[in-house]
Amino acid sequence: MKYVDEFRDPQLIRNVAGEIARSVDPNHEYRIMEVCGGHTHAIYRHGLQDVLPENLRLVHGPGCPVCVLPTGRVDDGLSIAEHPGVILTAFGDMMRVPGTRGTPLELKARGADIRMVYSPLDALRLAQNEPTKHVCFFAIGFETTAPSTALTLLRAKALGVRNFSIFCNHVTIVPAIRAILESPDMRLDGFIGPGHVSTVSGCRPYEFIARDYGKPVVVAGFEPLDLLEAILMVVRQLNAKEAKVENQYRRIVPWEGNMPALRAMSDVFELRPYFEWRGLGFISQSALKLLPAYAAWDAEVQFEIPGVRVTDPRAAQCGEVLKGVLRPPQCKLFGKECNPEHPVGALMVSSEGACAAYYRYVRYEDDAANAQPVTS
Amino acid sequence: MCLAIPGRIVAFDEEQPLLAKVDVAGIKRNINVGLLVDQPLAVGDWILIHVGFAMSKIEAEQAEDQLRMLKALGEDRLAMDEVRGYAFE
Repeated sequence: MKYVDEFRDPQLIRNVAGEIARSVDPNHEYRIMEVCGGHTHAIYRHGLQDVLPENLRLVHGPGCPVCVLPTGRVDDGLSIAEHPGVILTAFGDMMRVPGTRGTPLELKARGADIRMVYSPLDALRLAQNEPTKHVCFFAIGFETTAPSTALTLLRAKALGVRNFSIFCNHVTIVPAIRAILESPDMRLDGFIGPGHVSTVSGCRPYEFIARDYGKPVVVAGFEPLDLLEAILMVVRQLNAKEAKVENQYRRIVPWEGNMPALRAMSDVFELRPYFEWRGLGFISQSALKLLPAYAAWDAEVQFEIPGVRVTDPRAAQCGEVLKGVLRPPQCKLFGKECNPEHPVGALMVSSEGACAAYYRYVRYEDDAANAQPVTS
Repeated sequence: MCLAIPGRIVAFDEEQPLLAKVDVAGIKRNINVGLLVDQPLAVGDWILIHVGFAMSKIEAEQAEDQLRMLKALGEDRLAMDEVRGYAFE
């Protein structure tokens, strides 16, 4: 009972939702950003916005790795697949992300050897099985996924597998949150911190948000009650004029994070001076690259990468949605040119993207009719 | 990308100590436990799996809770496909 049923107990959910409704100041509009794409998905799936007071709005953040990868980096990765003898491998989420010359799946249909893998270890195994080919792994993801790439690389080195490389696009969540906090068109009251990223990073990296920006942060799990409790904890901090980091997901997230994972990351990665994020532009020290000691496995060293910057389609407003300035149905393309079958922007590709989740779960026609920009 | 799949350890690979045989709803695959080297792991323990790696050790109740959430999100089939897809040994 303790864990299994209570997260879905309708009465408990009503109780917490009622407590949130009683706690909010009716004269204030609350804007709380859930940073993680998994949370966005869960919020839409469970219709949580419907049980929240009208003056409390959840703003969807940049925590979907597919969504924040700029088109230029997709093109760069696909350029690797055009080298003879190369097998490009990627997670399934990546396969339908459009570059300027098509998606990885479309390039595969045109003859490139691009294969989906479920683990970076599968890409390494493929390299061992195909010694006459070069296998490159198109690595994406936040701190949840980066340690897996790091351990795979350490294993490649230990085994002496030299026909294997990593095209590293790992990003870190904290600089993105800082960029959002410093964006002039933003007003947020607090944050729901990511659940699974925090299993690796712990809660300490969020302390600057409370200390320097005066915003509460509550790390949350993915059940409806987890998210509602986290929202209530943010509201209670705001009512008490407090700003601190709290951990609602203590059953999974250790405050100090996962030390072996953090060590593996620091063994193989260093911070890039800057990295471009879709919609957020260039953010300093927000992404990882391989240390020079691993140059032999670094696709950016082993291959000539075009590195061309590609602007998003002008009409697509992914950036505004990522920053929480617009909600998905307020984008001009939403549900028209851009839909899950034919995504124009990355937020429509991944199930964790705000637009795809909204398209799937929300009666967007009604919402669009009433939509107002959330800028202040 | 954020799929975290619960599984139960059923055996360890003596030759590859960082691999554990894990049962996920009847599907058995090797999972890398290198991120949990500072925690004692035993047969019968539950772990959360992400892209072939164990991310956290969890309680049985949490595992069941996580499985229910995957079902509620309509992602249980996706999770099973992912686990079935792990080809490394």
